[in-house]
Amino acid sequence: MSIAALLCCVALFIALSLLSAAVNRLFNATIIIYCACFAIALVMLWGGVVHLLTHASDMTIVLPIGLPWTGAHFKLDALAAFFLVVVNLGAATASFYALGYGRHEEAPHRVLPFYPAFLAAMNLVVLANDAFTFLFSWELMSLASWALVMAHHREKENARAGYIYIVMASFGTLMLLLAFALLSGPGGHYVFSGMQGHVLTPLRAAVVLFLVLLGAGSKAGIYPLHVWLPLAHPAAPSHVSGLMSGVMTKVAVYGFIRIVFGLLGGTGEDGGMAVLALGGITAVMGVLYALLQHDLKKLLAYHTVENIGIIFIGLGLALVFQADGHAAFAALAFTAALFHVFNHSLFKSLLFFGAGAVQTATRTRDMERLGGLIHRMPQTAFVFLVGCAAISALPPFNGFASEWLTFQAIIQGPVLTHWGLKTLVPVAGAMLALAAALAAACFVKVYGIVFLGRPRTEPAKSAVETDRFSLATMSFLALLCLLAGIFPGVFTSGLTPAVHEMTGAQMPQHAIWLSLVPVSAVRSSYNGLFIFIFIVLAAGVAAFVARRFGGGAPRQAPAWDCGFPLDDPATQYTAGSFAQPIRRVFGGHLFRASARVEMPPPGSLAPARLIRELHDLAWEEIYKRIAARVLCIAERLNRFQVLSLRHYLSIVFFCLILLLMVLTLWF
Amino acid sequence: MGTLDFNIAHMLAGALMLASMTMLYQKRLFALINIYALQAVILALSVAWQAVLQHAAQLYITALIAFLFKALVIPYALHRIIVRLRIHREIETVIGTGPAMLAGMALTGLAMAVMLRATANVDLLAREDLAFALAVLLLGLMMMVTRRNAVSQIVGFLSLENGLILAAAGTQGMPFVVEISIAFSILVAFVVIGVFLFRIRERFDTVDLRALDAFRGERRLAEAFPATTACNEGDEMP
Repeated sequence: MSIAALLCCVALFIALSLLSAAVNRLFNATIIIYCACFAIALVMLWGGVVHLLTHASDMTIVLPIGLPWTGAHFKLDALAAFFLVVVNLGAATASFYALGYGRHEEAPHRVLPFYPAFLAAMNLVVLANDAFTFLFSWELMSLASWALVMAHHREKENARAGYIYIVMASFGTLMLLLAFALLSGPGGHYVFSGMQGHVLTPLRAAVVLFLVLLGAGSKAGIYPLHVWLPLAHPAAPSHVSGLMSGVMTKVAVYGFIRIVFGLLGGTGEDGGMAVLALGGITAVMGVLYALLQHDLKKLLAYHTVENIGIIFIGLGLALVFQADGHAAFAALAFTAALFHVFNHSLFKSLLFFGAGAVQTATRTRDMERLGGLIHRMPQTAFVFLVGCAAISALPPFNGFASEWLTFQAIIQGPVLTHWGLKTLVPVAGAMLALAAALAAACFVKVYGIVFLGRPRTEPAKSAVETDRFSLATMSFLALLCLLAGIFPGVFTSGLTPAVHEMTGAQMPQHAIWLSLVPVSAVRSSYNGLFIFIFIVLAAGVAAFVARRFGGGAPRQAPAWDCGFPLDDPATQYTAGSFAQPIRRVFGGHLFRASARVEMPPPGSLAPARLIRELHDLAWEEIYKRIAARVLCIAERLNRFQVLSLRHYLSIVFFCLILLLMVLTLWF
Repeated sequence: MGTLDFNIAHMLAGALMLASMTMLYQKRLFALINIYALQAVILALSVAWQAVLQHAAQLYITALIAFLFKALVIPYALHRIIVRLRIHREIETVIGTGPAMLAGMALTGLAMAVMLRATANVDLLAREDLAFALAVLLLGLMMMVTRRNAVSQIVGFLSLENGLILAAAGTQGMPFVVEISIAFSILVAFVVIGVFLFRIRERFDTVDLRALDAFRGERRLAEAFPATTACNEGDEMP
């Protein structure tokens, strides 16, 4: 499919957006719009897959729109094709899911016009080939998603989330703008191919890397720029949350890759180390925040932060291997990062859709008010379990395959010559391992509290299974998670052109295409199919043995209830109980957690209270201080509002004098 | 261009600047207006001399307009305003002669330094004219900054504009339309300010601009709520 056809699809998205602004109050508007989005996304998905699998050559096109003297440049290369696949797979599944979910929407006219625009903007970012088009689409993506976050703007928390999101998004775009200004060089090139040509001084390259980390990192959710993410993602309707978490953060990763790998041509070892360290910190902090969080969608959003950290660990490794001259290992790390991008978009969409189903059925996202949903929503519970296993990196699912690849890249660390890297890479490995283990603990908590046990409240008790569109979407995503885990080789070999384009090398191709071989078959390999067959066999045998020798018919007996025979569901283990050990271990320093018991005075009948406190240090130490400083400065500048005419004249006069003196002394 | 021609032009421009300097420390409004009228006459002479030198007929018209309006109509009108406002006996607090002279000299020096450097390859007369024009402009601005009385601020503004006319006449090829439009905009500004003066007077019984400041609501508002919510605001943990 040619790039012109893809751009036509984007134009259709935009047309759909305008159309839905006109007809969104019609009875069938929701179904029509989501059906159309689904169809267009499928076409674009097909275009991306075909381009990736046929190893087609790059396609470019220049449209006479945008800036008058440059036009709008678009390019479809392997990397863009891969991200087209990620974006449009997410878009197609979200649209299909919304066919069912969207019917529960109370204010469809606030969602429908912005949804196709959001999809169009994400596709445009991926296809853009000049700085202006890139930034324009990036900003359009921010604004459209902001409008979707504000869809339910009457809730106070949503308004605050939208405010913080728009501030962070504008900040990120500004940083990217400055980065492009530095990259454009003396020639002032807008087009990416013109930016690639010249070599920057090390200082300039470092500044560009820093700016891109701020700009793309704030969109992707790198710690400590992640603050908007757990606020904004849950505020949007669930299919949009899935898109923002699963896809939009990946578009930000694309921006990082395009600028740092494509335009900057890699960084030195120090730059790579910075990315690697940030990735490690982000992964661990993200999962720790998630563990302490009891709002289902916020928890998922924090897990996005963790997974972005894992992706950035892969990218950082690729950068340091590249700087050290190990192209093959760089390709391995890069493949791991891209594969994790793909996998995360699958299971994060799945989990957000599941959370949406739970929210629709119970009208709450607070885990402490759920429970026992496996009996009421068995199919949702099953596919959600698949998503949990995948995000916890359990074999045979896809999360394991990509995290295993990242570990394989870390294990190659000893070949590096830089002494700092020799120490940092194992540390990053330890952080990755810690993040993976904590993620598993976190999803034990999620699944155990939400789906197992007994319902804690009346809505949880009366929940009903979700609609068939949502179920079909989630089942499809679960199947993809399993397939990508069983046949990882198929997917990574599909990534080869993109990896080759960015690192100049690729992972070894081999005869047994079913297994994943990072370096050579002698050293290590992973065959998902064997693992899957083994797990199925072992589980089957275990079940058979248990049935055969473990006694006959099931019998009913009172559940184990901690030796306290109370009927109240409040006696169950809670999400807070699950998080408590972790809070004790990590919370003291990282969250300044404290818990104390407040005893009533003797003779009083008031109950004793357990008071827990958690502090988000990133928020309090960085953002609150910046906000306070900005307010202080604004307060000082406020005095200039109420000066007299003579004072304004004096300011003009002295400025003029100052400028004239500068002119005299320096020129 | 002969040396005499140049010297006369130079002298007229210098006299223009001298008049601006003299205005800086005038305490009485009538004296101020008289010096302003004198400056306008010098300007008319200067422009006329430029017309002779450049053989530009339209500059005679500029000179005529300058003489008619700036040397006769505007000073006469200002006189009448002052009499009708009954402020002709008022003595304004202005900066002392010494500091005013020092500041004026510094400004003139700055104007010279800037202009002579910026216009290195322009002919000598234009350079000098531009430098003097900038000096007159800066002095007029300084007068607007230092005065509190509305009438003297108008005079400062008008003398500032004299500098603009000098610059426009000194450079060859400045379209006549520009000069005319400058002259007319000044006239309009004069009328508008004159009307406002009476309005201010009616309402506040003074033309001291400090009365205007006191009237503006914002200041009192700012004093009522010093440092509202800044520096101690923040949100809880997300």
